[in-house]
Amino acid sequence: MKHRPQFNVETRDRLLPIGFPILLLLLWEIAVRLTWLDARFFPAPSTIITALVNLIVKGELLGKLWLLPGFISTGDWAGVLKVFAEGHLWISLYRIFAGFVLGAVPGIALGTLMGMNRTIRIALEPVFSALYVLPKIAILPLVMLVLGIGEVSKIAIVGIAAFFLVLFNTMAGVRDIEVIYLEAGRNYGANRWQLFRHVILPSASPFIFVGLRLSLGTALIVIIAAEFVAARYGLGYLVWFSWQTLLTENMFAGLIVIMVLGTLFTSGLHALERRLVPWQREERRMPMDASEMQRQSAKS
Amino acid sequence: MSIKIKAAGVTKVFASRTGPVYAVRNFNLAAEEGEFVCIVGPSGCGKSTFLRILGGLIAPSSGEVTLAPGGAQVPLQNMVFQEYAIFPWKTVVDNIAFGLEMRGVQKAERQEIALDWIRKVGLAGFANSYPYQLSGGMKQRVSIARAFANNPEILLMDEPLGALDAQTRVVLQEELVHLWEGARKTIIYVTHSIEEAVLLGDRVVLMTAHPGTNKSEFAVPFERPRQFALTSTPEFGQLAYAIWKDLEGEVKQAMEQQL
Ligand SMILES: Nc1ncnc2c1ncn2[C@@H]1O[C@H](COP(=O)(O)OP(=O)(O)OP(=O)(O)O)[C@@H](O)[C@H]1O
Ligand SMILES: [Mg+2]
Repeated sequence: MKHRPQFNVETRDRLLPIGFPILLLLLWEIAVRLTWLDARFFPAPSTIITALVNLIVKGELLGKLWLLPGFISTGDWAGVLKVFAEGHLWISLYRIFAGFVLGAVPGIALGTLMGMNRTIRIALEPVFSALYVLPKIAILPLVMLVLGIGEVSKIAIVGIAAFFLVLFNTMAGVRDIEVIYLEAGRNYGANRWQLFRHVILPSASPFIFVGLRLSLGTALIVIIAAEFVAARYGLGYLVWFSWQTLLTENMFAGLIVIMVLGTLFTSGLHALERRLVPWQREERRMPMDASEMQRQSAKS
Repeated sequence: MSIKIKAAGVTKVFASRTGPVYAVRNFNLAAEEGEFVCIVGPSGCGKSTFLRILGGLIAPSSGEVTLAPGGAQVPLQNMVFQEYAIFPWKTVVDNIAFGLEMRGVQKAERQEIALDWIRKVGLAGFANSYPYQLSGGMKQRVSIARAFANNPEILLMDEPLGALDAQTRVVLQEELVHLWEGARKTIIYVTHSIEEAVLLGDRVVLMTAHPGTNKSEFAVPFERPRQFALTSTPEFGQLAYAIWKDLEGEVKQAMEQQL
């Protein structure tokens, strides 16, 4: 076999993930300028970027930040809050995280309890399973009926979504513990709390993280949907309102922000998991593709 | 000398889909305080099950087990598991300090004890490694150190050197003899190796093939302190051979059972 220089392959691997998207965006831009694409439906990337900058400058996306110094110097904290509450990004983030925490914490607690205690599990599992399979968006009208259309119902719907996902994953994790670790814990004198803290919780934590990751993804879906129908601020509202008023470049700008948010959530949780679950092998083996295998055999 | 461990007529039956399975049947054992008793028996004869009963992890179906507490401020017994059972989510030093932590020993003190044991089992430099970074033999040494660091009156050891290569095994056998001769704990030691049992033990107890019960016993008369050189003496070879002749039939029977 002929030896090709190695660095070519490696620089290619590094450039491709950046280069190809840029190429696509360039093609998109050109296609719009040559009117092959209808700019009303697919505004050019440059137009979308301009729209995004405008949203920020006009204080819609991040709130009217320039008012902050005045409010802070006069000690007008309600004013400060209002600035953030009127930024689409902040209000969505607030709803997501408040709901996420309010759902995940009891989800972990009850999931652990159900994993450890047979009686509780048998009693609760059918009910929770039935509720779990209901698409969360389907119960949004019910939640709004009960809790009104204010912040509470939006936080609640995110919380409900997170709760079930975390609950079932935690329960699966707790039930997955190898008996030998419980035996070792008991033989070395762990009491119930110590057993939970030193054996059950760490052993289940990879599962718990799966639940957290899934529920953060779901939280994003649910909150956008809720903001479509019942909000005056938020990223979902931004997208929906821009569509209704045919400001498609604003709609695309909103989609970009949501995309970035989703990516940050995923990588943030990954980073947190690496910190809190450091005992798992770091480099999971990626599936090799054909060119990779060729390279490996060429090396040896 | 007083009796530290007494097991009388211990039987354990597991329910299985094909009916009840006897893991041990009417097994008797007594160990004096400070005695090193080795249990040897064919695979599947119920050694681990018996040790789990002694360790209070499972209850016998019938029979009685008594461990006599010495009244000191140390744990009564700790186990070294055949499967190591060290916690994947704890570093080597935290694994070894686990028993001390459960007992509420202050962090600085338990770190010091654990680090001391890390050195004794030859794992210096791995204190902050996680188990996935260790070889099987290293994990086993962590599990041995965890038991010794907790300083119990009784050690229940289930093939603690089983995963080691022959050379490391010799080194650790000598180390074990040395440790025990220093501390004189009561040890019940399960092993597959007759030579190991003769080198380490005061007494070798043989079990029959599954379901295991008492087969016979051999006293080991060799002087202490013992060294590995003992294994090259004719007396050592004769005793090991006599034990093997006694056990041979059981081992063959056990192998046929598994076919
Ligand atoms: N939890 C269990 N349920 C059903 N059967 C079991 C259980 N634990 C052990 N047994 C059976 O009891 C018998 C004795 O098992 P045990 O693990 O005590 O053997 P052992 O002497 O330690 O074997 P080895 O030398 O291979 O470690 C085996 O036939 C095993 O299949
Ligand atoms: Mg065993």
